[in-house]
Amino acid sequence: MTATEKTIAVADPVTGPTGGRRSGGVLRLLPAVVVLVLLALVPFVVDPFGTSTLSRVLVFALFACSLDLLVGITGLPSLGHAAYFGVGAYTAGLVSIHVTAEAPVPVLAGMVAGGLAAATTGWLAVRNNGVFFLMLTLAIGELVFQLAQSASSVTGGSNGLFGIPAVRIAGEPLTLPGYVYWYVLAVAALGFAGLWTISRSPVGAVLRGIRDNEPRMRSVGYSPFRYKLAAFVLAGAFAGLAGGLFAAQVRLVTPSEVGFELGALALLAVILGGAGSLWGPVLGAAVVVLVRDGLGPSLDGHGPLVLGIVFVLAVYLLPRGFAGLAGFGRLTARTARR
Amino acid sequence: MTPLLELTGVSRRFGALTAVDDVHLAVPAGARHALIGPNGAGKSTLFKLVAGSMPVSAGTVALDGEDVTGVSEPGRARRGVAQTLQHSSLFLTQSVAQNVLLAAQRRHGSRTSLVPRRQRAARERVAELLTDVGLADRSDVPVASLSHGERRQLEVAVALACEPRLLLLDEPAAGMSPAESRRLVDLLRALPGEVTVVIVEHDLDVVFALATSVTVLHLGAVLLTGTPDQVRASPAVQDAYLGAGREALFTDTAGGGRRAGGA
Amino acid sequence: MLGWFDANLVSILNGFAIGSLLFILAIGLSIVFGMMDVLNLAHGALYLLGSYLAVSFVGGTSSWGGFLVALGVAALVGLLAGGGLSAMTEPLARRPILDQALLTLGVSLVVAELLSIAYGNDVLSIAPPPGLDGSTSVAGNAYPTYRLALIGLGLVLAVAVYLVVERTSVGALVRASVADRDMVSAMGIDNRKVKIAVLGIGSMLATVAGVLGGPVYGARPGLDGTILILALVVVVIGGLGSVTGALIGALVIGQVESLGRALLPDLASFILFGTLAVVLVVRPRGLFGPKTLAGVR
Repeated sequence: MTATEKTIAVADPVTGPTGGRRSGGVLRLLPAVVVLVLLALVPFVVDPFGTSTLSRVLVFALFACSLDLLVGITGLPSLGHAAYFGVGAYTAGLVSIHVTAEAPVPVLAGMVAGGLAAATTGWLAVRNNGVFFLMLTLAIGELVFQLAQSASSVTGGSNGLFGIPAVRIAGEPLTLPGYVYWYVLAVAALGFAGLWTISRSPVGAVLRGIRDNEPRMRSVGYSPFRYKLAAFVLAGAFAGLAGGLFAAQVRLVTPSEVGFELGALALLAVILGGAGSLWGPVLGAAVVVLVRDGLGPSLDGHGPLVLGIVFVLAVYLLPRGFAGLAGFGRLTARTARR
Repeated sequence: MTPLLELTGVSRRFGALTAVDDVHLAVPAGARHALIGPNGAGKSTLFKLVAGSMPVSAGTVALDGEDVTGVSEPGRARRGVAQTLQHSSLFLTQSVAQNVLLAAQRRHGSRTSLVPRRQRAARERVAELLTDVGLADRSDVPVASLSHGERRQLEVAVALACEPRLLLLDEPAAGMSPAESRRLVDLLRALPGEVTVVIVEHDLDVVFALATSVTVLHLGAVLLTGTPDQVRASPAVQDAYLGAGREALFTDTAGGGRRAGGA
Repeated sequence: MLGWFDANLVSILNGFAIGSLLFILAIGLSIVFGMMDVLNLAHGALYLLGSYLAVSFVGGTSSWGGFLVALGVAALVGLLAGGGLSAMTEPLARRPILDQALLTLGVSLVVAELLSIAYGNDVLSIAPPPGLDGSTSVAGNAYPTYRLALIGLGLVLAVAVYLVVERTSVGALVRASVADRDMVSAMGIDNRKVKIAVLGIGSMLATVAGVLGGPVYGARPGLDGTILILALVVVVIGGLGSVTGALIGALVIGQVESLGRALLPDLASFILFGTLAVVLVVRPRGLFGPKTLAGVR
């Protein structure tokens, strides 16, 4: 495999960020492999509380990355992305309770449900750009939140969906935090790999093109609507996957997992990290979770206060975090001015 | 024979203003057709109507006998209409090669693939096109750092990467140095015969070096369609296009005309 | 039909009361975005700020003095907050409009948390002023007098805003700059002053609405989000920058919220979303929104 690929890569006349990818593929994967190995070793050296905090970071990071596919790569800033996270979480929880908790059925069900929910609502949202898109996703997210609260016979209402059984692998329930962590790590790693693959694919290139210059993509023969809808559905599916992992890890799903605040925090993670790069939002997500869960208790549960301040500061001080949005912003300004 | 592009009674109104007024035009396959006219004659609007980025108020647009009046802009692009825009319109955060690749992968690659592909055919085509337009050594440079002339060259490469049947060029030579615009003329002359070219251009050197037929637009309406020689000879065109006293531009040689126009 | 009407009279009246409140909120949001390109996501937090001011000045004891003081203070605080927001968004004027929206989102998170620190997480109620705290008989149904007053106030405000926007020179400026964002500077008026004024008035409407809505909804954490969403839905349905649109949108959403919840409690959210979806499918820019220029989608 490597021999033929190398010759092709050398003959490859166009080298660019994607062009040289194959030949350097193994080397490029090396940092990812190292990180993965280090993360896998965590339960041996860190206490259970630290391990489960890291699980939460991974889940939230996967969620933030799925949002980055929309915000950073496609240029669609969504404030209602938590809706699909929540749909995934409730679906995985319900499947675990009523059908089977055997891995990976619940998370896959969550992923499918997230994608379906995104498909049924997304076609309306992606018809619009910029601030209209922001408003619509906000409205969609809030309506799903209210649904989660009012449909109490299914979701448990504001008490939440509890009694979710532990994930089972080959019939054996995973109860120790270390095992749960490894399960979360494995699924999240696959999720990251999936998002990375999509962002490097021809469709990923088209999505970046739409972000930078939608009218031009039209004139080159692409229908932006289809690609934006595809990005919305894929982002929803990966958010659903993250939600499914959340249900497996916390084993309690409440309406706040669907809420506006979670979606806003994910957007903060993306912006802190730098929209458009997939690793950036992972770091952003880590900061957000550590501030919320680490500082939160010492601030009497008012972690969001710190996050709100961070949010304000990030907008002023980290315009580079908006690098991915710069092209989109120019477009928005133009279309908004009609 | 069915003309490749046929406009029948095409009009476009903006409120009380009629920018394009009942235009009839038939461009045969393989033609090199130029649209000229003074500023505000409706050339760019007419281009948008043909490309589908703006709907017509009246009339029909047919492509190779097929009525495409109701077809969207991407739909027309997929039927073989490619365009360069008057104001450079590229993907600024991406490299030169990636800009062309986006267009090329639609024809040569697997544009709906969700996993990375080598897209060898598309990448070879990109390299070929970049060599043709003279940007081969700039392929990894981000578009944002290209000069104005280079961006125009890249525009042409992007349009050609769509493998068009009908190529619409809106002032491709605007802002180019004489050397660059000579290169452009050579490139367009070397296009295969099955590509039909419609060009809007102010630089009459370029127009008369390329065009096999010319349409003169004035106030949104067709003043005259004919061969370059007929257009040069027409007194009506001289009045409308240049006003009195500047006939030299048309009666001189093309090269001399340019100097006269600048004087 | 008459029987149905009679049975649901209370819900319909509630819908009008919600509609009145939503109109006051939406008109502020709509004009600020329509004129200044600032999507103020802190609008809901400002409403909540108004409600908590009412808690401080009125609380559980019914008094006109407290209520009027609360209104006055809320109006002042709203104006100042709008000026503050205007100053905060000024350095971002050259950046994408999304950045300004995100800034207001951050501000709203901070404000909501500060309020929850100051007032706790319980649901607090606010007494209507004396004389309005009882109920009135409407076609045989006892109905809270305060809500009737709210409906009346909403109508008066709607007429007043309509007259200002359609009949005065200030209104002409508003309409011109909604239609063409560069109009303000083209007329030689200092854009920043207009922005401060517009954001100040928009924010004032939000805080005042918070006081007015206090006796109906009380004050609690999370109310800011609910209110913001409803106002946004109204604006999206009605069309950005349109007074008529804000009024019609507010009336429609008021009825959808109230009647929908009364008749089909489980489906209320779906009905709200369904209304939004139907309007946007038919009119992508809202019922009274500016028409899209073809080709510049």
